[in-house]
Amino acid sequence: MTARIHPAWWLLAALLSIYPILANDFFTLQIGAYSLILGTIALSLTILAGYGGMVSLAQLTAAGLAAYVLPIFGTNSQGVLGIGWSHWLTIPMALLVGASFSALVGLIAVRTSGIYTIMITLAVAVSVFFFTRQNYELFNGFTGYAGIEAPKPFGYDLRAPLPFYYLCLIVAAGFGLATLYAARTPFGLSLQAVRDNPRRMAALGFSVAGIRVLAFFLAGFVAAAGGILLVFFNGRISPGTIGVDVAIDILVIAVVGGLRHPIGPFIGALAFVLLETFAIDLIARERFNSLIGTAFLLIVLFSPDGLLGLWNKIRPKIGPKISRPSLGLAGPQTGKTPQFDAAETQPISSREDTG
Amino acid sequence: MGRTDALSRLRSSGQYALELEAVSRHFGALIALAGIDLAVEAGERRAILGSNGAGKTTLFNAVTGDFPVTAGRIRFFGEDITALPPHERIRRGLRRTYQISLLFENLSVRDNLFVACRGVSPHRASLRRAGPSEPAAELAEMLAQAVHLDAVLDSRVGTLSYGQQRQLEIGMALAGAPRFILFDEPAAGLSPSERAQLIEILGALPAHIGYLIIEHDMDVALRVAATVSMLHNGRIFKEGTPAEIENDPEVQALYLGGGHD
Repeated sequence: MTARIHPAWWLLAALLSIYPILANDFFTLQIGAYSLILGTIALSLTILAGYGGMVSLAQLTAAGLAAYVLPIFGTNSQGVLGIGWSHWLTIPMALLVGASFSALVGLIAVRTSGIYTIMITLAVAVSVFFFTRQNYELFNGFTGYAGIEAPKPFGYDLRAPLPFYYLCLIVAAGFGLATLYAARTPFGLSLQAVRDNPRRMAALGFSVAGIRVLAFFLAGFVAAAGGILLVFFNGRISPGTIGVDVAIDILVIAVVGGLRHPIGPFIGALAFVLLETFAIDLIARERFNSLIGTAFLLIVLFSPDGLLGLWNKIRPKIGPKISRPSLGLAGPQTGKTPQFDAAETQPISSREDTG
Repeated sequence: MGRTDALSRLRSSGQYALELEAVSRHFGALIALAGIDLAVEAGERRAILGSNGAGKTTLFNAVTGDFPVTAGRIRFFGEDITALPPHERIRRGLRRTYQISLLFENLSVRDNLFVACRGVSPHRASLRRAGPSEPAAELAEMLAQAVHLDAVLDSRVGTLSYGQQRQLEIGMALAGAPRFILFDEPAAGLSPSERAQLIEILGALPAHIGYLIIEHDMDVALRVAATVSMLHNGRIFKEGTPAEIENDPEVQALYLGGGHD
């Protein structure tokens, strides 16, 4: 990529790198790391919905199944299964399981579009949720697994606040940047072109289904990485982790953050985690969903492009110093309009009907 | 199935670019195509005429596989493609344009053509960015020149004029190594000067590339095609040279008669 990187990105990178030094353990882990994890899982949805026009509610399920691989083939404190394989083996396995599951969902879903894709992926998410809850041989039913430990390479505990935060940051930033890079590759361009006009893509010699399934596979890989981090973070996994309510949280995170750019899901995740953590100080716990719902409604109402779109809208008003049309949040190519990504210019509303 | 395949392959001489054998397409009770027999030689340029609802676009959709045929066989350079999905037919050198432009409006002309070139090349799903020496990038520029769009190469397609979009529609169909192209009303809605450009673009195509062109404007149709097939009610009604068709009393009664300008 030859496009110049806007200074704001360097500032953000610096801020994220020194954040745990400024923050206490609670903020480092419960806010910082947790936002990065949820953001990574939501990024999986952003890839599919933003670039591919396919809204999948089964991405959390892919993350969850990847997470289940660790206690089943690695170790857990439940006394069920736990073959005891090393992390060197179980983590790649988990990534592959998540990606393959997502590709499988893709295979089922690619023949549908729009609302039907949502319905089918929702059906998959619900059935896997109930299956894990009722199956005791493999998933240990309602209880799930606990006592899942993060790797300790050379005796160095990756789950300690500081290393774990940086692990999450590296994974999240890695996938975020990879998404930006991939968006301009032949595959990324064809995925966006399939979103805009599947019929024409077939008439150009592309296998529309093939591109969509590959997108599901890659998105599943990202989700699986998020799922692995999540299970290290919680130390446990149970059907509740992959419930439909949580899947909808992921959707809310992705949409509230903004589907136009891979930073969107992380902004959405941070907003979500902050609300989830501190809303209790203001309102009763059982009112939390009302608050999230209201926030979601307001954001979608006032900025269909999520918080990202809101930022791009107010940016010109508050910062006339920078001549470029946006802070660079709208994509690395913002400076030279002709090279635009479709994902970064098209309003979400029109994108999803073409799905 | 196997035996029929072998037989149909034997019968095909291979000199035809496109052969249709009793191709039918029904939409419920509506018979859009009723047993079309058509043979177009390699390099041949043929106009498809017919009134609205005669089945012209349906014929194109059947050939490209946009939807499957109800009955009949389609061969492309001797190969039976009746059961192939659209993208496989395209990879064999078949191309088409659409009556209503189907372009990627948010991408630039360059990116549209680049995607088109990549579609028919290997590594179309590559996860590595194209370097400056990428052949598809060079091809995209060449195509833009061929359809007179080199001046707007980096403009977003949504900002182009209608006529330019129609030219890009043709440029997309020329990507890769086309052997046979289906043009669906490329001149519809064009100004007289744009029509002249279109005729020039079609005339400049290499001689080995044949095409079928649906065109309502007789002046355009007769200038860009050597032969004409007249469609009526889902059947081939008449075939011949443009002069024969123009002077045929039945055709005149049916198509040219009445209010044709």
